[in-house]
Amino acid sequence: MIELQKVCRTFTVGDQQVAALRDVDLRVDTGEYISIMGPSGSGKSTMLNMLGLLDRPSSGTYLLDGGDVTALNDEQQARVRREKIGFVFQSFHLVPRLTAAQNVELPMILAGIPSEERKSRVQVLMQNYGLSDRADHKPDQLSGGQRQRVAIARATVMNPTVLLADEPTGNLDRNTGWEVLKLLEGLLEKGISLVVVTHDAEIGARAHRQIHMLDGRILSDESAR
Amino acid sequence: MRFADTLQFASGSLRGSPTRTLLMMLAMSIGVAAVVVLTALGEGARRYVVDQFASLGTNLVIVLPGRTETAGIGPGMLLGQIPREITLDDASAILDSPAVKRIAPLTVGSASLSRGALNREVVVLGSTSDLLEVRHMSLGLGRFLPPGDIRESASVCVLGSQMKRELFGNEQAIGQWVRLGERRFRVIGVLSPQGESMGFNTDEIVIVPVASAHQLFNTSGLFRVLVEARSRDSIEQAKRDAEQIMFQRHGGEKDVTVITQDAVLATFDRILTALTMAVGGIAAISLAVAGVLIMNVMLIAVAQRVKEIGLLKALGAPGKQIRGLFFAEAALLSGIGSLAGLALGYAGSTAIALMYPSLPVSPPWWAVLAAFGTALGTGILFSVWPARRAAKLDPVAALAGR
Repeated sequence: MIELQKVCRTFTVGDQQVAALRDVDLRVDTGEYISIMGPSGSGKSTMLNMLGLLDRPSSGTYLLDGGDVTALNDEQQARVRREKIGFVFQSFHLVPRLTAAQNVELPMILAGIPSEERKSRVQVLMQNYGLSDRADHKPDQLSGGQRQRVAIARATVMNPTVLLADEPTGNLDRNTGWEVLKLLEGLLEKGISLVVVTHDAEIGARAHRQIHMLDGRILSDESAR
Repeated sequence: MRFADTLQFASGSLRGSPTRTLLMMLAMSIGVAAVVVLTALGEGARRYVVDQFASLGTNLVIVLPGRTETAGIGPGMLLGQIPREITLDDASAILDSPAVKRIAPLTVGSASLSRGALNREVVVLGSTSDLLEVRHMSLGLGRFLPPGDIRESASVCVLGSQMKRELFGNEQAIGQWVRLGERRFRVIGVLSPQGESMGFNTDEIVIVPVASAHQLFNTSGLFRVLVEARSRDSIEQAKRDAEQIMFQRHGGEKDVTVITQDAVLATFDRILTALTMAVGGIAAISLAVAGVLIMNVMLIAVAQRVKEIGLLKALGAPGKQIRGLFFAEAALLSGIGSLAGLALGYAGSTAIALMYPSLPVSPPWWAVLAAFGTALGTGILFSVWPARRAAKLDPVAALAGR
């Protein structure tokens, strides 16, 4: 469960203060499927970074599973990211010198999980995502859809509670985009919370709860159900 | 993150840019190799000098006439004064010291040596039977000077190997007569070839009993008395005793100089060790340069891998871990580089040793350790800043490639 209370984020650009988030209150329950939409500069990416602990609020509180994570130090925040949060990016962010399997293995290496366990978990995931025959390929030998599937496998390999996707279909053609989206939505069955940032209304409409942002504020928050 | 995984990840990123990695390692290994080769040369020179001294004899104390005379001609001589000479009796008296094992008085002069029509100028050494042991000479044929009263002259001589060759060729020399100045001497022995040591060629001398030399040159003084102490520890004692004995015998006047070979040797040793360290230090500067190069490369690596660092942070790597990864990379780079440098350095010194067999070239262990340590140290030290820079990157900006 995620709770943002009166979260502000201001950036200093030149000698001007620019507010990316203004007094945002948000509550995301476990297993929710949320889309965040809005024009560029509306603060949706900042919101996602905030939820993923990549950014710290200038003021306000962020409670994750009941605990205040804004007060944690760098090492503790990294631990939370490692164990509870998965990221999927528009540009995949695969490490080019590592194979698909090694990219999926990476979070577990950082977490210090023993090699045998890593290998077996990677194998299971690659199979589930239909990537078994691509395991030893480098990212530049994979198609866009395959790359994003590898990235999703990497994001879920630590069994996070929240998956944050920033324009996950932005670099993919329509059909591949739909496939990837279906893959992400399939994760909801496992009780994961899915937050998708997009400016594509059609994709955003699939979420059970749609949030529209403008100028760093939540404009509307509608639940389909 | 596990240690093995850290190393593997770091080596993976090094392999990711092989040209850069190889060039870095080359710079590092040249630095280390330079230290190893140069110190090996310095150490070789030092050991060469030490060996040369050892070949002159061990535990030697040298007594020379004249207070200030150190190299043959003292100021007294230039002024027409002759310091009181050291007599054979003085030399024998030095044997009274319990710290002295044996002595060899030395008189030096030059005379013409002839056999039949063959004739040449030659350095004549007047000494006693103990000279062979004291001065570490070795006899090729026959006998050395006979032992006995050192005041007794005898018409016998021992030839240097080249003298024998020049006068006798392949003929039998032992038992033959030669003429030295106005006197005739019978050849009783021939030295084995030893070549030059400390600028004195024992192959081109003739050795006669010291009393005979005195008669030949019409003198009674000694050029030098070589004193061999019983052991290394008694060198100082022997030196003090020799000074004391000469002091008493010369009527309370300090008119001889006593030097120990050790003191001379120690001075050379110090000078050459300092030289070796200086040369090694200069070579170590190249290691510092390699360190700066490593820093440069690591900074470039951080700049090029900004996105990767951002990703690692998003995947849950704390700053500490990222710093560790860059440290591991620098350590691997400089570690492998300096190992290659050691190999290169040893190959280089072996090649020099093969080219100049008389020079005992081998890198001293402290230089090898220092070179390796400095290389590894500078590599890691100079990666502190880039690693900190990587660890401090803002993940959002890094992911965006900014």
